[in-house]
Amino acid sequence: MEINKDLVAASSTPIVLAILAEEDSYGYAILQRVRELSGGRLEWTDGMLYPVLHRLGRLGYVESRWEVAESGRRRKYYRITERGLTQLAEEREQWQAVDATLRGIWHMRSRPFSAAFRTSAIVQPQGA
Amino acid sequence: MSDAEHDAPLEERIELWRSYLSRRQAISPVDVAELEDHLREQVATLVEAGLDDDEAFLVAVKRLGALDALSREFAREYSERLWKQLVIASPESDERKAGARRDAFVAFGLAVLAALLVKTPALFGVDFDGQAGFYARNASFFALPLLTGYFVWKRRVDTTTVRWLAAGFVAAAVFANAFPFAEAGHTETLTALHLPIALWLAVGVAYAGGRWRQVAGRMDFVRFSGELFIYYVLIGLGGALLMGFMAMIFSAIGIDVEPIFESWLLPCGAAAGVIVASWLVEAKQSVIENMAPVLTRLFTPLFAVALIAFLGTALVTGRGVDVDRDVLIAFDLLLVVVLGLLLYSVSARDPEAPPGFFDVLQFVLVISALAADAVALWAIASRITEFGFTPNRVAALGENIILLANLGWSAVLYARFMRGRGTFAALERWQTDYLYVYAGWAAIVVVAFPPLFGYV
Repeated sequence: MEINKDLVAASSTPIVLAILAEEDSYGYAILQRVRELSGGRLEWTDGMLYPVLHRLGRLGYVESRWEVAESGRRRKYYRITERGLTQLAEEREQWQAVDATLRGIWHMRSRPFSAAFRTSAIVQPQGA
Repeated sequence: MSDAEHDAPLEERIELWRSYLSRRQAISPVDVAELEDHLREQVATLVEAGLDDDEAFLVAVKRLGALDALSREFAREYSERLWKQLVIASPESDERKAGARRDAFVAFGLAVLAALLVKTPALFGVDFDGQAGFYARNASFFALPLLTGYFVWKRRVDTTTVRWLAAGFVAAAVFANAFPFAEAGHTETLTALHLPIALWLAVGVAYAGGRWRQVAGRMDFVRFSGELFIYYVLIGLGGALLMGFMAMIFSAIGIDVEPIFESWLLPCGAAAGVIVASWLVEAKQSVIENMAPVLTRLFTPLFAVALIAFLGTALVTGRGVDVDRDVLIAFDLLLVVVLGLLLYSVSARDPEAPPGFFDVLQFVLVISALAADAVALWAIASRITEFGFTPNRVAALGENIILLANLGWSAVLYARFMRGRGTFAALERWQTDYLYVYAGWAAIVVVAFPPLFGYV
């Protein structure tokens, strides 16, 4: 299953902020974590993460610093700020509202069919 | 990476990839370093998984995304890096060259048109000596509609916006000419001074094209205005030099060319210069883009020192501000200069960079300007009644308050930013939103002042 572009773009902020809320991280590791968490279903083009990170920086949600990694290369680490945490909480509420709405709709849709298509009625909520 | 010999081609490839990336205007060296770190880690992981260097490199580059798409994403985030190339690189350089040539033809055509327009009223018997007031009030209309038209053409501005812009210019022309101004009166001078400021917003809307509503779009316009000013001054200096030379060599053969200068070269050159300078800013941005920020960096400390010296001297000697008729205008100009310094350092600053020494300096400059202006306002306020409210004074006072409000809130935002409690973006937004206030006030002066003060 491929998740459409708009949805990927819209969800990038809360996902990145949530990952950074776990611990400070850098681009490559953030992408690994996204793959891990989404079971590979969220496919980001790697390079696109960086403009997103920089935008969050400009908005004051994350801070960055350069460190020398164990490989000897300089690496840019990102850390979530107080404002970022506030924003994350707000995004969370918004996504929960969207999620709850969708769940309601899936539920309603599944009802009229439930007698005739019992199997699909069971499968649908899982897919949601 | 076991084999040093095997590594060499990989290093070469990464080097090549990095040089491609560095050529993109939207991606700064720091970003390239960050992306390179990403690429290397990806390659290392893939090599570990069993791919050879070549394969790993290709896969890693592919995953980072096509260069065009990548730089477009960066461009969207960093329009300030790209404002030199608003059209995001069309790779066919021939096509671009043709485009540049077409721009040049149109711009010079419009410049000639502006020059002719200056002389058109004379055809109908309105000459410069007899009716200087007419020319002063209508100075904006010789160049600004053409300039707006140039950007409308270049940015393919949609028809609704064009209609609004046209309506704005028509309304401005009506207000400039319908009022029964007294001969060489104050309100006439005020109209002449404020109309260009109000109409400059129309130029901005056309300049920004569809991006006027975005902070970045308005910020680009602020940058454009600053660079245009610098180019215009340079062209003006060149023109003065040329005229000086001509006057000298013609006087050597006993011919006085000064009347030609006054009636042709100077007014036509002034109008055409606006268009040519605008075109130059657009066409040659990469040559001179750093001019306004460099001048800002140079003069911010100097102005800060001068203002602190002024405040210190006033404080130590206990001298009050000597309130005469020009003092308010002097302080208005001071605030304009300080605001300009602030605006151009804001427009050129990397919004992500943490606060630094220059920010402190900038903050000191703003605060000392506020203090100096407060001293002057205090002196004026205590004596305003005995002066009376002439149109000039009300206009100057209004401007002072507008600038004071801008700088005051800027100082608050700056302080927040330096203490890590706010973002630089907030300051950018404040400055770009404030553009409406300048134009709005200028419009009020043009529309309401003449009837309010009886056209004196």
